[in-house]
Amino acid sequence: MNEFSFQLHATWVVAKKNAMVYYLKPPVFTFGLIFPFFFYLAFAAGHRAPPEALAPGIVAMALFFTASAVGPLVTPWERQARTYERLVTSPASLLAILAGDVLAGAAFGSVLVLLPLALVVLLTDANIAAVLPLAAGILIGAMAFAALGVLLAAPATEGPSQVMMLSNLVRLPLIFVSGVFVPLAEMPTWGQWLAPFSPLSYAADLIRIGFGEPGHWSPVVDTLTLAGFAAAFVFVALRLHERTRRQAR
Amino acid sequence: MNATAAIRADGLTRAFGDRLAVDAVSFDVAPGEIFGFLGPNGAGKSTTARMLTGFIPPTSGRALVNGIDVAQRTSAARRRIGVVPEEANVYADLSVWDNVMLMAELYGVDYPTRNQRARELLDRFELIPRCGQRGRELSKGLRQRLMLCMALVSGPEVLFLDEPTTGLDVASAHLIRDIVTDLNRQQGTTVFLTTHNMDEAEQLCHRVAIINQGRLAAIDTPAALRARVHARRSVEVRFAEALPRPATLVPELAELEVAMLADGFRAFTPEPGPLAQLIARRADEQHMHIESIATLAPTLEDVFLTITAKQAP
Repeated sequence: MNEFSFQLHATWVVAKKNAMVYYLKPPVFTFGLIFPFFFYLAFAAGHRAPPEALAPGIVAMALFFTASAVGPLVTPWERQARTYERLVTSPASLLAILAGDVLAGAAFGSVLVLLPLALVVLLTDANIAAVLPLAAGILIGAMAFAALGVLLAAPATEGPSQVMMLSNLVRLPLIFVSGVFVPLAEMPTWGQWLAPFSPLSYAADLIRIGFGEPGHWSPVVDTLTLAGFAAAFVFVALRLHERTRRQAR
Repeated sequence: MNATAAIRADGLTRAFGDRLAVDAVSFDVAPGEIFGFLGPNGAGKSTTARMLTGFIPPTSGRALVNGIDVAQRTSAARRRIGVVPEEANVYADLSVWDNVMLMAELYGVDYPTRNQRARELLDRFELIPRCGQRGRELSKGLRQRLMLCMALVSGPEVLFLDEPTTGLDVASAHLIRDIVTDLNRQQGTTVFLTTHNMDEAEQLCHRVAIINQGRLAAIDTPAALRARVHARRSVEVRFAEALPRPATLVPELAELEVAMLADGFRAFTPEPGPLAQLIARRADEQHMHIESIATLAPTLEDVFLTITAKQAP
């Protein structure tokens, strides 16, 4: 096995480990779905918009919360459980470990989002008009959100609660500047200024196109930008982890 | 330095801010050697081990495993090593079997090999009946055995053990020592053992190094190190009845270092034979009944205490 194949295999093993240890638990499933559901209720209450108009937002938000739910906690949990040192002294490179974390989060988000997707298609008048942008929005969006989770896990801490605070501090505001429930063109000027800096904006845009609504950007721009966000998040996470290791005792 | 060293520390230095935790430490560990790394708390033992396994980079110097620079070719070096870090743990939510298989997969061991090795190791560590139990259900001793299985399932050429028996029950510690010895004898596995336990080091190690305040204070075989502290030879006397004050019994003892025991004392002298005869004669004159009397060679603990005391700030 050459080095590239070896690290690719290690990525798969780390993702499998994360799935077995951290993801396949009832609280994790419910956390990723309950949050978007209550956000939907909070927004829908008092609005006259039909449910199908909110379908892309529900799917985008469910994807965002599920794909980035556990990623921020994996490294702090590993540090706290004293499994981290052995993992990083294995032949798996730091990049392979982080890529495994991203892969697990993205797979979890992509699979779990099928539930709200099926519900909005079956229970509302929303229709999937373009499969490719929808699939790209879900798959590449999940990668970007999972990578954001991995980035949030990078600060050196053993305390999951500290990471959760940081995670919510970063993730929750993104909901309001990403055109999840209100199309970007209808958002206030400050929102339109901030929206391009959020990966959720591009995933929501692709999902909106998938449901047959007009997009704010072209699907190619959305896809490339999401991929760029994912790569940038992993790169910064890698640098932060390396810095932590340089300072470790 | 040995060209074919299994482990080479070449001027390894690690600074934390202004403080040098490890200061230009150099040594070689030969293939097939069990090498003990001893030192007081905070001396730099674990930091050195962490640099050798690539967990933390050295501030300067090099760590090599089988000639491979750990910092330059980290993955290649790590494929040759097994690690049981200090205070490490198993995955609490995975079964014993899954913990071992996970580690084998991370090291790229193919399915038939990892399956066979896992069975053999779990059998050897008496964990087969617990294969289906989750990590959280194991006692500390069983978890430590499992961690050794996880470190060995990749068939490492070099094994790093950081305080592997600290806090374990006697049976688990004994089993682990036996298996480490067997591994070394039968498969020629090189072992780098960080420990506080002098008996363990004396029992297992071909050579030991003592690190103190980040610097290598001594490195040699346990026997050669003991010979360096000739003055730490001693006479140990135990009495059947009331314990006399040593200097009352033998006034010459006032000049020597004497450690009191529950039923006797231990007096340190470079010439324990004549002193033992003197103590026996005086006890006889004073009608005191000696239960036992023995001349003792210095232990590794004596060596350790002598070296670290000399260098105390």
